[in-house]
Amino acid sequence: MIEVEQLSKTYGLLPAISDLSFTVNQGEVVGFLGPNGAGKTTTLKILTCFLPPTSGRARINGWDVSEDSLKVRGLVGYLPENVPLYSEMTVDRFLSFAAQAKGVDSRNIKTAVDKVSDDCGLEKVRGRIIGHLSKGFKQRVGLAQALLNNPPVLILDEPTIGLDPTQVVEIRELIRSLGQERTIILSTHILPEVSQVCQKVIIINRGRIVARDSVSSLTAQLQTSRKIRLTVQGPEEEVLQTLTLLPGVLQVERQADGPGRYELKMDKDEDIRADLARSIVEKGWGLLEMVSQELSLEEVFVQLVTEEAGELT
Amino acid sequence: MRGFTAVFRRELYTFFASPIFYVVGTIFLILSGYFFYNSVAYFSLISFQAAQNPQMGSQVNLNDMVVKPLFDDISIILLLIVPLLTMRLLAEEKKNGTIELLLTYPLRELAVLLGKYLATLLVILILLAVTGVYLIMLAGFGKLEWGPVLTGYTGLILLAAGFVSLGLFASALTQNQIIAAVIAFGALLMFWIIGWIGSVAGPGVGKVVQYLSLLNHLEPFSSGVLDSRDFFYYLTFSVFFIFLTLRYLDTQKIRR
Repeated sequence: MIEVEQLSKTYGLLPAISDLSFTVNQGEVVGFLGPNGAGKTTTLKILTCFLPPTSGRARINGWDVSEDSLKVRGLVGYLPENVPLYSEMTVDRFLSFAAQAKGVDSRNIKTAVDKVSDDCGLEKVRGRIIGHLSKGFKQRVGLAQALLNNPPVLILDEPTIGLDPTQVVEIRELIRSLGQERTIILSTHILPEVSQVCQKVIIINRGRIVARDSVSSLTAQLQTSRKIRLTVQGPEEEVLQTLTLLPGVLQVERQADGPGRYELKMDKDEDIRADLARSIVEKGWGLLEMVSQELSLEEVFVQLVTEEAGELT
Repeated sequence: MRGFTAVFRRELYTFFASPIFYVVGTIFLILSGYFFYNSVAYFSLISFQAAQNPQMGSQVNLNDMVVKPLFDDISIILLLIVPLLTMRLLAEEKKNGTIELLLTYPLRELAVLLGKYLATLLVILILLAVTGVYLIMLAGFGKLEWGPVLTGYTGLILLAAGFVSLGLFASALTQNQIIAAVIAFGALLMFWIIGWIGSVAGPGVGKVVQYLSLLNHLEPFSSGVLDSRDFFYYLTFSVFFIFLTLRYLDTQKIRR
């Protein structure tokens, strides 16, 4: 579906991305993750034919972005970063223009605009001027124009940035529902978004891919220790001492968020949860809560990005 | 040309939705109305004198004394207002980032440019058409030859087409609309007056600069002469600058 081979782009002498290679299969929702300035937007701009690559190839459905640009642009719906829109037009007029520009047959323009407006929740603002809309609605208008003409590939550059929490949830919901029949690449630096919306994640830093995998296997790979959170009713000093002395426990920390809360780090190969519970109960303390914690995507990300930075310096 | 219609209609909509068009249009009509009034007032003064002096009668002629000066005056007003109409064409899209939408839609760049170009030209045609009212009123009071009127308008349209193409190019160069207007105005003025050095420059260079002058090619039209060389000049001028804009957008792509 989307094939990227050794893609590089330099702005003057400054390399924005170097030697990027990845493939995205049909029907996948891929999160493109990286700190600011990592080259996410540049990559997406190349895929949408807005920028030519300095070297390397990128193909969508077999069409090359440099050679068959018109074909590629016909396949891709694109929501650029910061959502540029014609602010003097009404939503309806703008969407009709976009439909016409994307080659929707003139008889079907109205139906196409109706459909994307409904999908993106724009019914109430269709007659309003885009410049007067709130950020959240502008974002939806941007998404609606990307969906026109039903493109099989969607490329969304930071689709939820600047939205309020309810809007973020709605937009993610929308993207997830769109992802059932389309290939979607979305860039973001908001990590929970990726774990909620995407099946696969590509993490890039300083223009290079540092990881490319499914969210769950990425977490599993990088997990060197396991974390458990405990809430224990009992004398704190004594509890701390007992927990530290248990075999297999690497580290115990008292948490600041409430009395009797601890975080344990232990070997990931040894499961000592049963021993742990038993020893607490034997002492006559109350075991109120025991939660096993996965390494969050934030931690994976920070680990990868700092590892990379360490290698370079 | 797919997408041409879409861009053309959107541009027209933006023109009629923006205050620039109304302000520029009003100024254009006030100025051209003033010039027209001035010529007519002068004409009537001369006519009174001619009535007392029969020999002068043969020289008093509406076409020469009102229509031709009016066309010359309008051409000057166009020189002032066209840069203001063309300045936003691409500069605004660059500034707002909407160019990213436009260039990632499955449209040919040429269709985009032609849509913008012809929409602007149509807006100017509308303004020119309004000035036709002056001449229709004038025809009610005196004998007017329509042939030179038509050729005069043909000349103005061709001139405006040339202006718009250069304005479009200037607008591609920057994302600042004022800079685009200043470049367009300066370049147009240069093409306007470049013929002036024709008489002092050597015979070879003199011919070339006089050929390049926008003004020299308008002259025959407003006197009622249709010459294919003048047509050719204005068409080449337009095609050249549209082509230049197209190439410039391409090189921009690589440098961005």
